[in-house]
Amino acid sequence: MQELITRGKELLADGSVVGILGWKEGDFSYNPEPAFFQNEEELDKFIYDGFCGANLSKFMIEASKKEGKTLVFLKPCDTYSFNQLLKEHRIDREKAYIIGVGCSGKLSLDKIKEAGVKGIQKITEEEDKIHVETLYGDKTLNRSDVLLDRCHVCKGKEHRIFDEIIGESKETNDKDKFSEVEAIEKMSSEEKFLFFQKELSKCIRCNACRNVCPACSCRKCVFDSNKFDSAQKVNTNSFEEKMFHIIRAFHVAGRCTDCGECSRVCPEGIPLHLFNRKFIKDIDELYGEFRAGEDAETVGPLTEFTFDDAEPQEAVERG
Amino acid sequence: MQRIGVFVCHCGSNIAATVDVERVAQYALLEPGVVHAEDYQYMCSEAGQMKIIEAVKEKNLTGIVVCSCSPRMHETTFRNAAKRAGINPYMVEIANIREHCSWIHKDKEEGTEKAVILARAAIAKVNLNTPLVPGESRVTKRALIIGGGIAGIQTALDIADAGYEVDIVEKTPSIGGRMSQLDKTFPTLDCSACILTPKMVDAAAHEKINIYTYSEVDKVSGFVGDFTVDIRKKARSIDMDKCTGCGVCSEKCPMKKIPSEFNRGLGNRSAIYTPFAQAIPNVPVIDRENCIKFKTGKCGLCSTVCQAGAIDYEQEDEIISEKYGAIVVATGFDTIKLDDFDEYAYNQSKDVITSLELERVMNAAGPTKGHLERLSDGKHPEEIVFIQCVGSRDVTCRGKEYCSKVCCMYTAKHAMLIRDKYPDVNVTVFYIDVRTPGKNFDEFYRRAVEEYNVNYVKGQVGKVAPMENGKLLVQGVDLLDNRQILKEADMVVLATAIEPEAGVRKIATMLTASIDTNDFLTEAHPKLRPVESPTAGVFLSGVCQGPKDIPETVAQAGAAAVKAIGLLAKDKLLTNPCTAQADELLCNGCSTCANVCPYGAIAYEEKEINDHGIRETRRVAAVNTALCQGCGACTVTCPSGAMDLQGFSNRQILAEVDAICR
Repeated sequence: MQELITRGKELLADGSVVGILGWKEGDFSYNPEPAFFQNEEELDKFIYDGFCGANLSKFMIEASKKEGKTLVFLKPCDTYSFNQLLKEHRIDREKAYIIGVGCSGKLSLDKIKEAGVKGIQKITEEEDKIHVETLYGDKTLNRSDVLLDRCHVCKGKEHRIFDEIIGESKETNDKDKFSEVEAIEKMSSEEKFLFFQKELSKCIRCNACRNVCPACSCRKCVFDSNKFDSAQKVNTNSFEEKMFHIIRAFHVAGRCTDCGECSRVCPEGIPLHLFNRKFIKDIDELYGEFRAGEDAETVGPLTEFTFDDAEPQEAVERG
Repeated sequence: MQRIGVFVCHCGSNIAATVDVERVAQYALLEPGVVHAEDYQYMCSEAGQMKIIEAVKEKNLTGIVVCSCSPRMHETTFRNAAKRAGINPYMVEIANIREHCSWIHKDKEEGTEKAVILARAAIAKVNLNTPLVPGESRVTKRALIIGGGIAGIQTALDIADAGYEVDIVEKTPSIGGRMSQLDKTFPTLDCSACILTPKMVDAAAHEKINIYTYSEVDKVSGFVGDFTVDIRKKARSIDMDKCTGCGVCSEKCPMKKIPSEFNRGLGNRSAIYTPFAQAIPNVPVIDRENCIKFKTGKCGLCSTVCQAGAIDYEQEDEIISEKYGAIVVATGFDTIKLDDFDEYAYNQSKDVITSLELERVMNAAGPTKGHLERLSDGKHPEEIVFIQCVGSRDVTCRGKEYCSKVCCMYTAKHAMLIRDKYPDVNVTVFYIDVRTPGKNFDEFYRRAVEEYNVNYVKGQVGKVAPMENGKLLVQGVDLLDNRQILKEADMVVLATAIEPEAGVRKIATMLTASIDTNDFLTEAHPKLRPVESPTAGVFLSGVCQGPKDIPETVAQAGAAAVKAIGLLAKDKLLTNPCTAQADELLCNGCSTCANVCPYGAIAYEEKEINDHGIRETRRVAAVNTALCQGCGACTVTCPSGAMDLQGFSNRQILAEVDAICR
């Protein structure tokens, strides 16, 4: 972490960048939040640890409008979102100086709590272990037991775009990314409906998923615009509460990099990534494997036409 | 608020028998904006149109809903009526209560309910309609013909004779197509080459016709009157300007054992070859896959012997981009593969051949120099069995459900020619039905039966089994005598079903022209617009549209030419005003719409945008309305909803959905 701060200060001092997108300590030590640093003093609050799951790519949209370059710290998976935004002309590559930071998987506070840990005071990380100081004494947990679900299906620790890389990464992928989706696919229509009914009925429409999503970067969201009847609609029935998430899933289909931020930030713990991952699976199967954000040039299969494309009938037959 | 008039058509009994038209009109009156509703026997008649015009004047209507047939049928009629009444033609909406409703319902109650709902949707849409004004686009006075068979050649000649430039793109090394492979033609028995080659020569010599052989269409963009087409001239490995067509290269080529496509694999050709003697252009092609020079780097004999120095091993594919006002598809056909028809032993015996192969065998320039002989041992056959409908009228999904149409006649032709030249040969034809509608066709068939004593057996063949004595045991059935037939034959000829040429699907996709389940191109109307594709500016010539014989093909080729000429004769076309528009305040500048636009109509520009007082220069989409065809792909792909289609706005469509779901 110190290395990152030192490098950030250097770049600020020599004028290479005019601001820095990183993380700083939040209300609790284990709850860091995205931050924009404009001078060296502010950087003393910079933090990078296992709880810095937040993907900073989206903040580059605003940073691209500023004079001068912004230093942005990106984890390997964040670089996919950055590339996707670059592809969609939402950010300016010239305005970003990218330091790729190492990642050994990010931690889930929920999982730590689920492990029966209460009254957390401080959390320190070791290679494979997590030490938790609590009001009721210390506890040690295996890192792999408390990783965010998304880190178990990690896309890989390679930065897809960067100017320099600082820090080591450790592979955390140990699960099949589509196993959750396949489990749902096996359900009957009724079971599926009940499953999503149960999950989505928890939604309080706080918009956190949308606001954090790098693919949901529209200047004006259709749900906020008075041009559409969908704007700020109150859930008047059980169908409409699903509409928001289903429409959102359609809007990011083919563009979603599966960064998993939607599920991470949902205060109700709705597994929102499942919608997106189902689309990714379908796209892979119908059009060949595609990973949004792998680079900033390839046109996605949903916005390109080739003669090898699946015929509509195939999709119909799959149901 | 609009003042809407609703006009419900009976269409005689077409609609009125299944839909209570009066009730539809009554219900329509309850809808918001509707100030007038009536029903009438035939809205499209002059009297019906006058009812609309009078109502517009009397009730000051601003919008019109006609509940009638498909808009493809009469939308233009009613738009013109609106224009005559003095309101904008785009204030008319059609509720299709015929094709979408009365024709598919039996129960009047259900039909009426649906008609009311469809009317409601159209009314909801008209409430949001705005007047639209069409623009103009130019017409490039040049036609492209895809396919250089008899259909393509005839269309090209007719268009060129009318004074327009024509390009023919043919994928094989020579024009001529399937007809060039035929020996004689029914019902006159004149030699195919004798009547085809003069036309090939005419096309090649015509100052308005330009022929690209060994070439394929790579890409099509644009729209009626203004297509841009990329043509890939495949590397021939020969400099066409230098080649004199002397043929020495083919003679000397050491690689001579390549099955000749022209002879349906029955004879061989060299690696450098012209497909047949009368080929146009008379310039060979190097088949790079089989050429020793290309395979090993050694040889180069053709280059050594070529006096003209025309051989060019380095030649590369060339892309030619050209503009066209009209495109005619004349891609023709091939026979189906017989792999699934094991019972006829086609893959087991050389003496079981297709009719197209028999054409080559009977042809003086063919593999046997025109002698009828068994391909296995060269012996003269004494007993020949023809089997009709091999893969045609076949509901087993191995073949085609349709009738290939030409087989009855060419089988009669083959039978007659054989009996004429070799009276010692017995000829038996197994058939399901003999179909001979056409001028002088039935007389032709009767001659085969009565004068030439061809033995016609109504019934199908279950199996052809090669025997140890070299003969073929044909097991068939005579349905009229109700008995099994076992016949030892020396040769069996299969009247193999025809199907559209394999590449047609790709071409149809490039042209956005629709095709049916058998890959035949669809007509704009099966009866009234049989040579036009539903895609404006695309015309159909020959078998690509459906099975047909040579006289029919030539007639259709001429008809397609007339339609193309009608288009090329115009200087300007009115464009569809239902084009896309970007809301700059909502546009993210993400380029997704430009990626999906099939017409290249969307560009991006850096523009200063004033968003409620906040000025910002940013990237936004700009639609070129001259190129936009209103397909709407951009509107559904735009994540922010910035793209909208005039005449089919998101609001209008959602209003229709809401009205239907109400």
